Amino acid sequence: MTTATARISRPGHATDRTSRNQASRERALAWARRAPLLPALVFLIIVTQLPFVVTLIISFLNWNSLSPDKTAFAGLENYITVLTDPDLRQAILTTIILTVSVVLLSLVIGLGLALLLDKKFIGRGLARTLLIAPFLVVPVAAALIWKHALLNPAYGLINGILTWIWSLFGSQTPPQLDLLSQAPLMAVIVSLVWQWTPFMMLILLAGLQSRPMDTVEAAQMDGATPWAIFRHLTLPHLRQYLELGGLLGAIYIVQNFDAVFTLTAGGLGTANLPYAIYQTFYFANEYGLASAAGVVVVIGTIIVATFALRTVFSLFKKEAAR
Amino acid sequence: MSTLTPAKAHTASAHSSSQTGIRRRGKSRMDPTSNNTAAGLAAWLLALLFAAPVLWMILTSFHSETDAATNPPSIAANLTLGAYREFFGDTSGVSPWPSLINSATASVFSTVLVLILAIPAAYALSIRPVKKWTDVMFFFLSTKMMPVVAAILPLYLFARTVGALDNIWFLILMYTSMNLPIAVWMMRSFLAEVPVEMLEAAQIDGANLILTLRKVIAPVAMPGIAATALICFIFSWNELLLARVLTGVVAGTAPVFLTGFVSGQGLFLAKVCAAAVVISLPVLFAGFAAQDKLVQGLSLGAVK
Repeated sequence: MTTATARISRPGHATDRTSRNQASRERALAWARRAPLLPALVFLIIVTQLPFVVTLIISFLNWNSLSPDKTAFAGLENYITVLTDPDLRQAILTTIILTVSVVLLSLVIGLGLALLLDKKFIGRGLARTLLIAPFLVVPVAAALIWKHALLNPAYGLINGILTWIWSLFGSQTPPQLDLLSQAPLMAVIVSLVWQWTPFMMLILLAGLQSRPMDTVEAAQMDGATPWAIFRHLTLPHLRQYLELGGLLGAIYIVQNFDAVFTLTAGGLGTANLPYAIYQTFYFANEYGLASAAGVVVVIGTIIVATFALRTVFSLFKKEAAR
Repeated sequence: MSTLTPAKAHTASAHSSSQTGIRRRGKSRMDPTSNNTAAGLAAWLLALLFAAPVLWMILTSFHSETDAATNPPSIAANLTLGAYREFFGDTSGVSPWPSLINSATASVFSTVLVLILAIPAAYALSIRPVKKWTDVMFFFLSTKMMPVVAAILPLYLFARTVGALDNIWFLILMYTSMNLPIAVWMMRSFLAEVPVEMLEAAQIDGANLILTLRKVIAPVAMPGIAATALICFIFSWNELLLARVLTGVVAGTAPVFLTGFVSGQGLFLAKVCAAAVVISLPVLFAGFAAQDKLVQGLSLGAVK
């Protein structure tokens, strides 16, 4: 498809370049081709790349806006602080735990749901719509609901259901959870898994539905068990969709701010790097330190993104080859 | 279903559609109905479990504060619009209207800006591809992968210096840059679905660029443009971090307004739920409308 598009639109590069006239015409053509792209490209470079360069510069400065006269070149001092300060080190650890557990859990649950939704059953469209709902609630609103309506120890739905079930058996002393203060990181993880599972499900469902059925049928003809088909046909086909979902999920969840901010306000070891950076520059006014932490996040993201790019690239190539 | 893109559907000949027929028949033969009933039951159970918090939020928003804050929950309690009246400031408190209007302004204007920038760019990357177009695509992608926190301090300092803090137009520019890469990726994949034969035919017929855009490209790309717009709208509407840092009293958006409930007292549980419902409603509508495209947008156009 794409190669064919290129064929009609790209001028033959092999045309004779003897005539100057033709060369300049070709240059003009190239610019005409490039022109529609430039506004978007220039805008993005100015708004995203330039600020990051500034962040990079600030990260080597000793700059607290409350004492502006002490601003000076700090060398690697901020980076050393980021990697040694217990709070920031904790934030790095929290970010890793949060990202890995949310991505893995939502991938596994999402895979199960996608496999179920791939089958035909009554009201499949409605069930699918219900499943997508968690992903469509505004993230702050979702976090607020988890904090107040579900996890609240006194009147949250979860404890309410426990009370109700125990009362069925005549018990006056139901177990009551207080996840927000006893296991706050788990509370954040649970709410994020709830929110991200639909995303994984949708990606994996798209993968399942693009599966070539002829090989599955052939395997079935040969008497392969459903498990064998899943293990040797479906899973290999889904592999790049699993990778894509996992890596994109990781990129979005590493950056999560809303849930941490809303559910725990970074308390009790739940501050991830985005939240810690926000606090460092917004409340502590430590601009240099916040910038260094920001650069550390970018380095971490680049590592993840390198893999993500490779996956996206392979899918992209497949599309180009179609 | 979602995988059958218009281009594929277009190029699919009668031959391949008859294949689909065979596949469908084959599949129903392979999956006995009993199996599907079990899967259906399990799927429905899980779907209800996942939707329960959303359904509970909606139900609670129609309860009175006293009914909302009971343990065990009072599912059969009387329904009332009290929480909504309270939320919209019937009695006291801060009105949510300015923040809703700010969110609408920011989302709509940044979406329009994104489309103005992304459509020509996608055209240059798909229909008349520039050299090294894959490199350009990956540059766009890489900007999306950079965490917002890595650029937010300079943006904040810049806004403070030029007096653009708490200004909705500055936020609109930020949202435009946030959504532009996704939009370019999505739009490129939609424009790439315009059949080459149609473009060639138009070329042979001597149609000029404007005519080709209007008669050939626009009809095919329009659903894609609509989906892209919806997704940009959703992302802008949902965004919190940039809005929280760059806006305040005047330009605060709906998510910033919601943060007023963060340290909230449970006494106003129904009101919290009403607020969450009102502010999520546009996204719920837009999201259900663009279900398939939502994945495509979030996965940067890599999955169709």
